[in-house]
Amino acid sequence: MPPTTAVETSVAASQRNTIVNDIVIQVATTNGSGSQSSNNVLLRAIFQMGIPVNGKNLFPSNIQGMPTWFTIRANKDGWAARRETIDFLVAMNPESAAEDLRELRPGGVAVLSSELKPYLNRSDIHAHIVPFGDLVAQVCPEVKVRKLVANMVYVGVVGCLLSIEIEEIQKAIARQFRSKPKAADLNRNAAMLGYNWAAEHLHNGHEFTLERMHRADGQILIEGNAATALGFLYGGVTVVGWYPITPSSSVCENLIALLGKHRHDPATGKATYAVLQAEDEIAAIGFVLGAGWAGARAVTATSGPGLSLMAEFAGLSYFAEVPAVIADIQRMGPSTGLPTRTCQGDILKAHLLSHGDCRHILLIPGSVEECYEFAMESLDLAERFQTLVLFMSDLDLGMNHWVSAPFQPPAKDMDRGKVLTAEDLARLKKFERYRDVDGDGIPYRTLPGAKHPLAAYFTRGTGHTAAATYSEKPEDWKNNLDRLTRKFDTAREAVPQPVLEKDSRSDIGVIAYGSSDPAVRESLAQLQAEAGVDAAYLRIRALPVNGMVREFLASRRVTYLVEQNRDAQMASVLRMEYPELSAKIRSVLHYDGLPITARVVTDAILESENRK
Amino acid sequence: MSATLTEPTSATASAPSATQVTPSVNRLGLTQAAYRGAPSTLCSGCGHDAITHQIIRATFELGIEPHRVAKLSGIGCSSKTTAYFLGQSHGFNGVHGRMAAVATGVNLANRTLINIGVSGDGDTASIGLGQFLHMLRRNVQICYVIENNGVYGLTKGQFSATADKGSVQKKGAENEMTPIDCCALAIEMGCEYVGRSFSGDMKQLSALLKGALSHRGAALIDVVSPCISFNNHEGSTKSYKFAKDHEEPLHDIGFVPAFEAFTAEYAEGATHTINLPDGARIVLKKVHRDYDPTDKTKALELLSKARDERLFLTGLLYHASGQTSMVEQKNLVDDPLATLPQSRVRPPPEVLAAIMDSLK
Repeated sequence: MPPTTAVETSVAASQRNTIVNDIVIQVATTNGSGSQSSNNVLLRAIFQMGIPVNGKNLFPSNIQGMPTWFTIRANKDGWAARRETIDFLVAMNPESAAEDLRELRPGGVAVLSSELKPYLNRSDIHAHIVPFGDLVAQVCPEVKVRKLVANMVYVGVVGCLLSIEIEEIQKAIARQFRSKPKAADLNRNAAMLGYNWAAEHLHNGHEFTLERMHRADGQILIEGNAATALGFLYGGVTVVGWYPITPSSSVCENLIALLGKHRHDPATGKATYAVLQAEDEIAAIGFVLGAGWAGARAVTATSGPGLSLMAEFAGLSYFAEVPAVIADIQRMGPSTGLPTRTCQGDILKAHLLSHGDCRHILLIPGSVEECYEFAMESLDLAERFQTLVLFMSDLDLGMNHWVSAPFQPPAKDMDRGKVLTAEDLARLKKFERYRDVDGDGIPYRTLPGAKHPLAAYFTRGTGHTAAATYSEKPEDWKNNLDRLTRKFDTAREAVPQPVLEKDSRSDIGVIAYGSSDPAVRESLAQLQAEAGVDAAYLRIRALPVNGMVREFLASRRVTYLVEQNRDAQMASVLRMEYPELSAKIRSVLHYDGLPITARVVTDAILESENRK
Repeated sequence: MSATLTEPTSATASAPSATQVTPSVNRLGLTQAAYRGAPSTLCSGCGHDAITHQIIRATFELGIEPHRVAKLSGIGCSSKTTAYFLGQSHGFNGVHGRMAAVATGVNLANRTLINIGVSGDGDTASIGLGQFLHMLRRNVQICYVIENNGVYGLTKGQFSATADKGSVQKKGAENEMTPIDCCALAIEMGCEYVGRSFSGDMKQLSALLKGALSHRGAALIDVVSPCISFNNHEGSTKSYKFAKDHEEPLHDIGFVPAFEAFTAEYAEGATHTINLPDGARIVLKKVHRDYDPTDKTKALELLSKARDERLFLTGLLYHASGQTSMVEQKNLVDDPLATLPQSRVRPPPEVLAAIMDSLK
């Protein structure tokens, strides 16, 4: 590879138009090199300038030494989905440098560590060679931490090249290292050095800049899994069983931190919760069912492989009617698959998880705010419907950083469902565990410990009567299954309803769910701007669906169902629900492990509509 | 309190329906009928029914309030039996081999419940071995009874993991693998109450059950309970005949409940007296050998010898105290987590506002 010494070689200054607050920055490093702190600082500094941002961490299933990328998209219109084009590259990793440079768009900016100079073979970009090693030595006498601190030098360099306010970088550093004042000083000096060095040595001739705006003012920046943990905290969770698995572990880790801080009895210091790390996912869901049966609000979090192990208990929850919540943070599978890549590949499995006739309630958050709200809601619904509720997030939503309006305190009290106490039994003088008293398919239950001779019942996975006695009679079996169907139908109106995100008289509809939402929103704008194509957009937020989805499908010529899986799993669910509308559904599918982009959706729809 | 109980000295029948010479009401004023469950549907003569009956008697005689008991089981003949006792207690017949995890969840959700777990050798030692061990090392509050017959009864007689080496199946196949000794494993896992018994040894089983119900943390009783249909033949080491011929009690066990005076009569000839957390006592008297159930190494040595020499040693194999229970390790509030009101489990809005501010 011929070394290029040219900086600012062939891009004529006259071609430049300033692009303000619309940029994708990619930082290419090695995992385990400590770049996460620097990337967080960069992300937060931009966010603190009031600019909407999104930060995605693309990392290997490895602890140290493999290439990792952090992508920041700053966009004045608030588009938060992944975008294919990279405008600005920080290349720190020799292993990926050649490919990283190749992927930079023409006219883009590259900041390269000086040892990567030999890889520079393009003349259509603005390249800046920075002697990070020499620079960091000036501020960091300790040799062994220089590699870490060098990352903060690039934050200063990028800050200078993109006009990020240095005060915001300083603030973000203070926040990142708030418990380590010594590290904060060191990093502040490193960032300042990078900033000043860049101001003195680099000619800022590219077209990108960032400037203060107010769109993200008052907003928060949070990862979906942290939001989910907050939802469980405010949902009043009391028992958490878990087994570590990427990308769900941070749900429980965040929850453990929150519970430890906010859920100890002020008088005694004792815990109003229990978290137990299980020996496997079967035990984790077993804890949840035991606790749910005894009346606790219990959850577990997992991902695809763990969900498979939970299948038997899932059926017991459904059939014996025991409240339980599983948060499934979906990743690429089957098997180990790509544990650090995202997808929506568990929808169909989760909906039908277990054996026999079995259908579960799914809550599908489309934003970090919904992660918070639906986590809370899942606990209410599990107790209301005395069944398993699956909370279906994914790696993109769960582990990446999203801007959101601040979360609001719960608007309603906790719903503990139909639980009869000893006092209720004394008044009613009658109790049959599985009798549909109210006609909604939801029976009443009692909790162990209720002091009344009528309270006890026997919970079993075997056939049972309305009075919870053992039965193999065909009519008992069928009646019970039919009641469970009634219960499921009741849930249609009780789960988070679909949202008509964009109404239109167009005969084209789009349906999406979960983390595809940001890409679909952006795509709708692209469709309009690029081809004048208008489309209505319905976002599904839960299963089972109700008539609203049917109506949306029925009233349009065609509906594009966008999903991040190969097998059109949500389309299969809708086709089961509405077979007569089957032909109206066309799938837009994305399943390479990276988050879906607006371009994927736009191109697929334009091609299908013969507008390309 | 209407305590009119004496320590039962003889057991006269093995079937739950049989007439018993026991007081008509216990200290709660309840009759034994209040501790019965649905009629058993197991084969006539099944060892499990005798254990069911001892559970009924033990809970009745201890005067346990039925509503405070949670009955937990997995899948198999043994696991069905939780329906046959304590009809006024909530029961949860879960999935195969996973009762341990369910019990763990129940214990976390409501620490005030008395958990009685009934499992089989297949349920515990084959499919459920992992969960069983983890439950013990966590020291979950439970009286865990293994109804051990060495075979799968409900699926008609396949060997389980506790089948002895050289034991012969009904159809003639011989087990060549090393049996899993749940008691030895339990001692290794730190379980502090480990007993072995025989469903036909009423007096011993009754005392062991009562002790287990008074123990803090996990208590295990492995009860050899012959399967009349699939493992009661010549060549079986879990048959009635084999058990009767080979049972060697390590000691004579007496149990004195907390509500009863500890008299000189009990103390006489006792080699060991074990004080239980609720004030009850277990009194051990020498039979043949000197055995100290508080010596962990000796207990494991003896179990190893028993396996090698095919001895059927019964009694309280191991007892200790001092380990914290799971509920203590978790520092749980005294009230059940299950019924804590919203005000105790939902932080105030100011907490959320502060968290939101920190994310801005």
